[in-house]
Amino acid sequence: MAKLWQVAKLIRSKNSGPFELTFDVIFKDRATYEKVRDAKVINAQWFARIYRLTPEVVSVIEYDAANAIKVTIPRPVISGDVDDTDVFGGQQYGPLVDLEVPEG
Amino acid sequence: MDSEIRILSATGVLGSGFREETLKRAMALGPAFIGADSGSTDPGPYYLGSGENLFSDSACKRDLRLILLAARAAKIPAIIGSAYTGGADAQLERLAGIAREIAREEKLSFKLATIRSEQDKGYLKKKLREGKITPLANAPCFDEGVIDRSVHIVGMCGIEPYIEALQNGADVILAGRSSDTSIFAALPVMKGFNPATVWHMAKILECGAACVVLRKYPDCMFATVTNDYFIVEPPNPDYRCDPVSVASHNLYENSTPYELVEPSGILDTRHAQYEAVSDRAVRVSGSTFRPAQRYTIKLEGVELAGYQSIIVGAVRDPIILRQLDSWLDGLVKASKDRIRAVFGGDIESRYRLDVRVFGKNAAMGPLEPETGIGHEVGLLFQMTAPTQELATSLMKSVGHMAVHYPVPEWSGLITSIAYPYSPPEIARGASYRFNMNHVVEPASPLEMFRIGYENV
Repeated sequence: MAKLWQVAKLIRSKNSGPFELTFDVIFKDRATYEKVRDAKVINAQWFARIYRLTPEVVSVIEYDAANAIKVTIPRPVISGDVDDTDVFGGQQYGPLVDLEVPEG
Repeated sequence: MDSEIRILSATGVLGSGFREETLKRAMALGPAFIGADSGSTDPGPYYLGSGENLFSDSACKRDLRLILLAARAAKIPAIIGSAYTGGADAQLERLAGIAREIAREEKLSFKLATIRSEQDKGYLKKKLREGKITPLANAPCFDEGVIDRSVHIVGMCGIEPYIEALQNGADVILAGRSSDTSIFAALPVMKGFNPATVWHMAKILECGAACVVLRKYPDCMFATVTNDYFIVEPPNPDYRCDPVSVASHNLYENSTPYELVEPSGILDTRHAQYEAVSDRAVRVSGSTFRPAQRYTIKLEGVELAGYQSIIVGAVRDPIILRQLDSWLDGLVKASKDRIRAVFGGDIESRYRLDVRVFGKNAAMGPLEPETGIGHEVGLLFQMTAPTQELATSLMKSVGHMAVHYPVPEWSGLITSIAYPYSPPEIARGASYRFNMNHVVEPASPLEMFRIGYENV
């Protein structure tokens, strides 16, 4: 097994508008992407557990054109609201970095 | 109809900059117009709420000056959308003021069109009663009270107001809130180019040089559009695009890379192909555009959440850190007791006090899965109240209570927080809240926007 950061060239989170948070994992190469994609380790249940949601509201999209997996969830707090910790949503991917994935 | 059209995106956001040399190179390639986005909801609700801009006037003026000089020299339109971050009328007027200043200083003359996108509350209430306002994903509840409470509400315009302005001979178009892509799609669609190719190009160009392999600094981007494909190639020789970098850009700030929703329809990139035509240019083809069943305009609105005062401090004492959570709970309770003693019981419902702990869960809040802390933590006390005066007054009580709040292990008066500033409390001003994620069905694409013309 490898950690996700070891096989990804980019792991990021960002607002998709003030009401949604979106995560992108872009892999270093096609083979690794396909291996992780097919192993389904980046899935709605994992996101639901970490971000305390129901799996139904987690959207997981496999994007072959960029060797990428995109996950979009409702924003935990509206961007910039009194409770928000991260206006751009840019530092919400931490738990993904060390996720265990099959090696390329 | 021409067989191709060339498009120059000056930068991802006006005021973030681009290289003058890159703009010159791009102008030599014969663009049909220069476009630039000036706004976003990304930096939060403050800008639409306050009318301030993400960048300074000086930074925007520098970028706009170079754009206007290049566009007027080549006699091509310059199109700027989402003026001054929020795109409210006052923000558009500030940007227009800068354009007029530049014209005076550079002795330029042009026909200026301004597209105002701020929305009338009476109009929105009427639309709401007619059932013509509907929620998007994860939208908060929306009623007439939300409309009344809003400080500013803008509609995000499509390509149609730009086309109207271009057909009326505008040389420079400054728009209030606009879809980012409409800035780049309007003129090519007006000229009759395939909307699927045009909208996909617009999505790639709207962030300037963001679609290159490694964007080291903001800069221009260039595309050549035909009916069947477009080619994107950075005009900066230090930059290159490859198929993955261009395809990856569809991921950015978008809930899905396959669909881009616009007022007039949906760009579908599921069958798009990205092919290298050189080691730095990419040909994109194969997307489709599905015209919308109903034409919709997205609303953005903000309301005042309150005024804030904050205190930043650090805790280093291992004895305190060992019991940080209970120490903070006690500190907050003691502060609230003190506030009640000073301001009376009625104060309870008029403020909220929050503590953020840097070094523990400041980035992810209650979602943070890690539980440990290091040898010190940063504290950020945050007071929110209906006026700045009240927020600051309340915070002064908290600041004093917090800095001497005891732990059982030490006897005698302790000073438990390192404050880097005197005074510790900082007035943060107004705090706003995005309060709608809805679309309106207007009677026509122009109904919600007012276009003004002037000869500058």
